[in-house]
Amino acid sequence: MDTESAPYRPQPDLGTPAVAGAATVTLSIDGREVSVAPGTTVMRAAALSGGSIPKLCATDSVKQFGSCRLCLVEIDGMRGTPASCTTPVAEGMQVHTQTKRLEKLRRGVMELYISDHPLDCLTCSANNDCELQDQAAAVGLRDVRYGYEGANNLAQPMDISNPYFDFDPSKCIVCSRCVRACDEVQGTLALTIEGRGFDSKVSAGLASDSFLSSECVSCGACVSACPTATLQEKAVKEIGKPERSVVTTCAYCGVGCTFRAEMRGEEVVRMVPWKDGKANRGHSCVKGRFAWGYAQHQERVLSPMIRSSIDEPWQEVSWEVAIAHTASELKRISAKYGRNALGGITSSRCTNEETFLVQKLVRAGFGTNNVDTCARVCHSPTGYGLKTTFGTSAGTQDFDSVEDSDVILVIGANPTDGHPVFASRMKRRLRKGAKLIVIDPRRTDLVRSPHIEADFHLPLRPGTNVAVLTALAHVIVTEGLADEAFIRERCDWEEFSHWAEFVSLERNSPEFLEPVTGVPASDLRGAAKLFATGGNGAIYYGLGVTEHSQGSSTVMAIANLAMATGNVGRRGVGVNPLRGQNNVQGACDMGSFPHELSGYRHVSDPIARALFEAEWGVPIDPEPGLRIPNMLDAATDGLFKAIYIQGEDILQSDPDTKHVAAGLAAMECVIVHDLFLNETASYAHVFLPGSTFLEKNGTFTNAERRIQPVRKVMEPRNGYEDWQVTQLMAQAMGLEWNYTHPREIMDEIARLTPTFAGVSFARLDAEGSLQWPVNDGAPDGSPIMHVDGFVRGKGKFVVTDYVPTDERTGPRFPLLLTTGRILSHYNVGAQTRRTANVVWHPEDLLEIHPTDAENRGLKSGDWVRLASRAGETTLRVTVTDRVAPGVVYTTFHHPVTQANVITTDYSDWATNCPEYKVTAVQVTPSNGPTDWQEKYEAQATRSRRIAGPQNAGQRGAMEPAE
Amino acid sequence: MSAHTLDKLIMMANQIARNLTHEADPVTMIADHIKAFWSPRMIQQITPVLSETGSARLDPVAHAALSRLVSQSAHAT
Repeated sequence: MDTESAPYRPQPDLGTPAVAGAATVTLSIDGREVSVAPGTTVMRAAALSGGSIPKLCATDSVKQFGSCRLCLVEIDGMRGTPASCTTPVAEGMQVHTQTKRLEKLRRGVMELYISDHPLDCLTCSANNDCELQDQAAAVGLRDVRYGYEGANNLAQPMDISNPYFDFDPSKCIVCSRCVRACDEVQGTLALTIEGRGFDSKVSAGLASDSFLSSECVSCGACVSACPTATLQEKAVKEIGKPERSVVTTCAYCGVGCTFRAEMRGEEVVRMVPWKDGKANRGHSCVKGRFAWGYAQHQERVLSPMIRSSIDEPWQEVSWEVAIAHTASELKRISAKYGRNALGGITSSRCTNEETFLVQKLVRAGFGTNNVDTCARVCHSPTGYGLKTTFGTSAGTQDFDSVEDSDVILVIGANPTDGHPVFASRMKRRLRKGAKLIVIDPRRTDLVRSPHIEADFHLPLRPGTNVAVLTALAHVIVTEGLADEAFIRERCDWEEFSHWAEFVSLERNSPEFLEPVTGVPASDLRGAAKLFATGGNGAIYYGLGVTEHSQGSSTVMAIANLAMATGNVGRRGVGVNPLRGQNNVQGACDMGSFPHELSGYRHVSDPIARALFEAEWGVPIDPEPGLRIPNMLDAATDGLFKAIYIQGEDILQSDPDTKHVAAGLAAMECVIVHDLFLNETASYAHVFLPGSTFLEKNGTFTNAERRIQPVRKVMEPRNGYEDWQVTQLMAQAMGLEWNYTHPREIMDEIARLTPTFAGVSFARLDAEGSLQWPVNDGAPDGSPIMHVDGFVRGKGKFVVTDYVPTDERTGPRFPLLLTTGRILSHYNVGAQTRRTANVVWHPEDLLEIHPTDAENRGLKSGDWVRLASRAGETTLRVTVTDRVAPGVVYTTFHHPVTQANVITTDYSDWATNCPEYKVTAVQVTPSNGPTDWQEKYEAQATRSRRIAGPQNAGQRGAMEPAE
Repeated sequence: MSAHTLDKLIMMANQIARNLTHEADPVTMIADHIKAFWSPRMIQQITPVLSETGSARLDPVAHAALSRLVSQSAHAT
C-alpha cells in the first residue's frame, strides 16, 4: 500500500445511479449483450456494456433528468428517439446508440449549447477535463450555424465569494446537475434555477445572495457534478490540471470518507470524493473536500526542537540530537523516579499503526501501562457501555444500514455539523419517509430543515439523558411494546425482568420525570411508541451522550432500548456511535487505554499478556495504568514526570485548563509530537514535528469499524512519517524495532489481535476496506454485528438509575453551558483554523436564548463574561432560540476562547470521560478579555519563541509566525 | 499527595458507588470496577481514608468495596 499513484483521468461516470438487484434483464446495445438489474436505464446499461452514449445533464450521482436531449437512442420496436437516461431496460431490447440519424440530432443539440458558450477552450481552466468539450468532440461538432452574435450569457459576472471554488455563469449550460446534487446528494437545497428559458441561471438562494452568503455548505457536490468550468475549484485555476491521483482516506471526522488526491507533482490540486468509497459513496464535506491546506501552512513546524525549560526559547536541532536527547531524558527520569513516572498519549488523528507503536513504546519501552488516548475525552463511555451490554466496544452497523431504517433516533449528536457526509445519507432516507426522533437540548438542523422535520424533538435539560431514556423504556415496557420474542431468544431473561421491573417504577414515568428533564410527557410517550412500533429502529448518538457524568450509563440505556425493541442484529437498526475524530475507533482498538491491550483484552488477562510478551520479548505489567486526568493529578503530586503526546492538544481539548496546565508544568519532560506548536507545546521540552495524513502510509478505522488505507501522496515535509519517529525513539531507548513499512506493523497487529486476524495491507489494497472482526469466524469482515447472537453470549440489560450530576445551577451560576462543534471546524481547530474555513467561523460564539439575553441586556455581537466555578473567559454572544431558556452553548475551536477554562473536572463515573456538556455558568456583559486570557496569551507567545540556529549561543529569539 | 488528588479519588469512588448501588451485589461490582480501571497507586492513595474514624467522606458501599480490595491485596502479598 505504497503511493499507488495512477495517471490522472476522470472517475468513470455511468450516467445514472445504480439500481439494486440481480442482473436479470438481458438486452443488446449495438450488438453487445449485457445483463443488468430491472429498472436500470439504457444509458447505464450501455456504459456497463463498454459503450458511451453522449450526455450532458446526466451523471451517476443524481437521478436522471432528461433535459439535454443529447443521449437519444434508437430502440427496435419503439417509436422516435427516446432519451437513454430516462428509458428503463427491458428483456430482449435491441438498442442502437450510434446511427446517422442520432448523430445529426445530437449535433443539432450540441450546436445550440455551443452557440451560447465561450469559445476559449485553449485558455479555459477545464481544458481537456471538460465534459462539454468531450461531448462536442463525441458528436462531431464542426460548426455553429447560428453564429455568435445576438443575445447571449457570455458577459455574466463571476461569483468568486466562496474561498474554494468559483461560479462562472458564462460557462453554464443550465444542465441542473449542480442543483440536483445539492438537493439529492447533500440535501441542503441551497441552489435553484432562477428565471425561465434563455434567462435561466443557477442561483445560490436569493438573487441578492452570493455562494458565500447563501445556505450553501461548500460540500463540493455541485463542483463535482458540474460538466464544465462553471463550478470549479480555485486550485485548479491556480495550479492546473492534475497529472496523477492517489486514493486515500480523509483525516477529519469518524465518517472516514474515501478521497482521490489529485496531484500535480508534489502538490495537491484537489481532493475529490471517491465514488467507490464505502463510507461516503462519492460525497464529501467542506473539511475533507477543501480544508487540507494546513499541510502547507507557514506555521507548520518542520524541524525538531528542544529546550531545558519552558521559559526558554525553542532551539532547533537535528533529528539525531532531538531523539538522543529525548531518550536520554526518559531514561534519566525512569531511573530517578521509577517507570510509573512515565506515560504517553496516543492520537485518534494518527493511523492504527502509529497508535499501536506509541502504546507499544509505553508498555514495552517505558515499562508501564500509563498510556491513554484522546478517546478518553470523547467516546470512552461507548467502549465501556457497549462492551458491557453487547460484548463489543463498537457500533453495530455500517453506514449503508440507514437506508433500511424506518425510525431514526438521534440523541446527543448533530450530524449535519459533526458528521456531515453521513448526515446527508440520513437525510436522504428521511426524505424518503423514515421517521425521526431528535433528543437534544438544542434545535439542531436535523429538527427542521428543508424537506426534513423531526416527528418528535425532545429538548431535554442538559444532564438528563438517562432520565429521558429510562422514561422511554418505561413507556415501552408498561404499554407492552417490548419485543419479547427477541429478548427471550437473544438476551438474559432474568436480567431483562429485573430491568423491566425497574423501568416500570412510577418514578421513571415521563410524567414523574417531566420536571427534571423538561420534556413534555406526551411528546416522550409519543416518541417511545413510535420507536417501538415504527419498524426498523436505529439509534445514532454522539458526544452529547458520552460527555456526561453518566455517559456510560446513557450508552447502556441506549443499548437497553435497542434490545428491548428487538433492534439489533440486522440492517436498518442498531446502536451507532458517531465517532468524533477520524480514528477514534482505531485508537481504541489498538490498545490505547491503560487497562487494555489491543482488541479490548484486559492487561490482567494472562493469556492475552503472554501473547504480547512472547512477541515483544518483555514482561507486561498486569495492573492498569493511569488515565489522562490521573496522570495530571499524579504530576501535580510530583509522581509523574514525563509524557510523550502524539497528535493531541490536551491543554486546549481537555477540561479544567488550569489543572491541565499545572500538571504539564510540573513535569520534567513533556514531548509533543505534532504538526504545529499547539497549546500543549507551550509546556513542552521537546517538539517532534509530525506528518500529515497526506505524507504517510497506514490505516484509519472509522465509526463503522471499517479499516481503510491511508496512502502517502507526497513525501513528509518534516522528514519522517510519525511511525518512523516513534521507532527512532524506541531504538534510542534500546528497543530492537526494525519496521520498514506500516504493513509490517499491521501484520503484528493481526498476529496479536483476534478481531484483526484476517487484516493485511494486501487485502486492503485488493478489497478497498474491511470491517472488523475479520477472522476465521468472519473471513470477509462484519458490516453488521451481533447477527446471530450477541458477542458476549446473551445481551445484558443493565439497570441505569438516573443519578443527577453534581454540577448544579444556583443563584451564582443559573445557566447550563453545553458545548459542541460547527460544520466548518474540526475539534480544537488546529487544522481548520489554518485554512480558509475561518471565513465561516472566525471565532467561538456563545448562543443564548432571547429571554436570557434580554434579562442581561445583551444583543448579538456583545462581549460577555462567561463564568463557572472553575474559571471564566470572555467571548461574544449570538441571541437565538435554538437553545432553550436557561441553556447556553458554545464551540471550542479557537484557543483564545479557552472554553475549557470554564468546564469542570466532573467526569463519567465509569471512564472519567469529562462532563463537557453540563457546566453551571453565569453570563454577564463584559468589555474584553479576562486577566487569565491576557496572561495565557502572553505566556503562550513567550513559550513559542524559537531561537535562530546561527545565534543560538546568544539565545537570540524570534517571534513565531503564530 | 495533594488534597485535590485525594478529594478527587474519593469523589470517583463515591460516584461509582452511586451508579452501582442498585446492583444485587454492589460491593463486589464496585470492587471489581475499581480493580479493573484504577492503577494500584490510586488504590494505595485512597487507602488511608478507610481508617478515618467517623469519616463521612466515603460512601459506605464504596468503603466496603475498597476495604475488600485492600484486604485481598494484603492476602495476595
